[in-house]
Amino acid sequence: MATTTVRPPAPPTPSTAPDRRRPAKRGSLVRYIGLIVLALLFISPLLFMLVTSFKTRVEAAGAPPTWIPQEPTFQAYDAILNAADTPVLKWFANSMIAASANALIVVTTAALAAYPLARMDFRGKKIVFGAIIATLFVPPVILIIPNYLIVGELQWLDTLTAVIVPTAASAFGVFFLRQFFLSLPRELEEAALLDGANRWQIFARVILPLSKPALVTLAVLAFLTNWNDFLWPVYVLFSPEVQTLPAGLSTLQSANNVRYDLLMAGAVIASLPVLLLYIVAQRFIIEGVSRSGLKG
Amino acid sequence: MASSDTAASTTAGTASSERPEVSRPSSVSRGRREGGGAAPWLFMAPYLVLFLGFVIAPAIYGLYISLRAYDYLLPNKPFVGLDNYQKLFDSESTTYSDFWNSMQATGIFTLFSVPLLLTIPLLVALLMNSKFKGRNLFRALYFAPYVLGVAVVAVLWRFLLDSNIGLINQYLGGLGLPDGIPWLTSVPEAWVALVGVTVWWTLGFNAVIYLAGLQDIPGELYEAAKVDGANKWQSFRNVTLPGLRPVLAFVTMITIIASANMFGQSYLMTKGAPGIETRTAIYYIADTGLRNSQMGDAAAMSYVLTVILIVLSVGVFWLFRERKD
Repeated sequence: MATTTVRPPAPPTPSTAPDRRRPAKRGSLVRYIGLIVLALLFISPLLFMLVTSFKTRVEAAGAPPTWIPQEPTFQAYDAILNAADTPVLKWFANSMIAASANALIVVTTAALAAYPLARMDFRGKKIVFGAIIATLFVPPVILIIPNYLIVGELQWLDTLTAVIVPTAASAFGVFFLRQFFLSLPRELEEAALLDGANRWQIFARVILPLSKPALVTLAVLAFLTNWNDFLWPVYVLFSPEVQTLPAGLSTLQSANNVRYDLLMAGAVIASLPVLLLYIVAQRFIIEGVSRSGLKG
Repeated sequence: MASSDTAASTTAGTASSERPEVSRPSSVSRGRREGGGAAPWLFMAPYLVLFLGFVIAPAIYGLYISLRAYDYLLPNKPFVGLDNYQKLFDSESTTYSDFWNSMQATGIFTLFSVPLLLTIPLLVALLMNSKFKGRNLFRALYFAPYVLGVAVVAVLWRFLLDSNIGLINQYLGGLGLPDGIPWLTSVPEAWVALVGVTVWWTLGFNAVIYLAGLQDIPGELYEAAKVDGANKWQSFRNVTLPGLRPVLAFVTMITIIASANMFGQSYLMTKGAPGIETRTAIYYIADTGLRNSQMGDAAAMSYVLTVILIVLSVGVFWLFRERKD
């Protein structure tokens, strides 16, 4: 980035008049300074979390704060990974299972539902679609109490099913995939129809393969949402061994009040999978989020 | 996807048994208009089961719950009419002050976080709204905290804001500023902390949506404004803001709803302290209904909160409506 400031005035694009380039350059320097300061504000707390997780108990609580551990150690990880009342590895597995299962159900059911809403005419279509869209604007708070009782009736309380199934009815998913299906060219489907393909075959062999980016985007967003869900797991999972990581972090915090070395180790473990997923699928996540606003 | 294909193929098997009219190639849609048969419903069935079971049914069931008294001493959960609602508006009742205290907490939080989450991300998006090297990297860095979720963010910031050993107070002290600020145990400091952490956490999310909206505004409009002699501020007022209107409405809406649903930050950072000052409405509703099993009261509260939110949403729509003048 610094190169922009020291770059010699080599022949630029001929259309740019030399006298107009100077202020533009200064503007871009100011921009970069702003951008870098902002980036530090976002990254340094995360870095400090990581650094602290490798400190000894004494150093983590010490002053002044250190950015490089004096005696780097895995003590904190050792302690939380082996504690019986806070089975962090089990939480990790639970979160993995729950988020993957939830994402799979979200993508499958939303894709199946979005297809007729995008491509078929049938009685009741407007009502169904309208009802689904309307729930996008219903605050989730009204569902907490009744869903707790419903989940209780189904004997799902204190099981992972309680955090996998009820949140899988994704109105956003149906909306998102319907928009994507609508944007696909109809010609391929009509050709398949001429070849005698039925609706299911068109869906499975024409629509789905064309929709891979949208399906991946939705799967990644659903995984992230479920992985990070907090309120619901805190109240529907009670036993230490069925917690998901975010709910578990709350348990870890109650058990270790100001043992910040342990808490930061737990937070790092809870962050790693989503950060890795973010690095790999960053494009999908940001595209998905930015497209959600364009519906206006 | 492989396993989901097999799971779904059972639905399709039945769908193809009464195969749609393939013999009329002229139109994909005309045949469907005659009623469509069962195919669309079979496609939608798995989703609709979840949607009806865990969205529509509970939304209605909640009303029924709110008309009953849930109490360990009353095993039949007797019908009590609007009692649970009346209690919320009767200053003599036991829940009145707790409930409105929590509503006030949610209100304070929303009032301060929403304006910040509408303006700061817009500034960040404007800063990024042109081609320059590393733009995608910066965008990705700003968005990163959002990916972590509220639990990690709140646990991390409780540490950074610890009044004794937290990074923030130590650095303030290093600058010669007060170094014993009780960020998490007294107000208004706790509100500054809760709002600040939330802005830090979700700023990137709103900025990404704004940025997409900005990039949707055709460049010719800016060119035209320039030709008309508009300065930067004028082209922002007359081109950027109107072009961003639908996106602004959307961001305003989701930010209000998100702020009104604030839970994790209070639950993990302040535990509602001092006293119950920072215990938000959702926090109180969940505790009342799920910890103390007073489902009827909690359901009534959630409907009151929902009605207020719906009124607010309608207000936002009205504010951002297409104006003809």
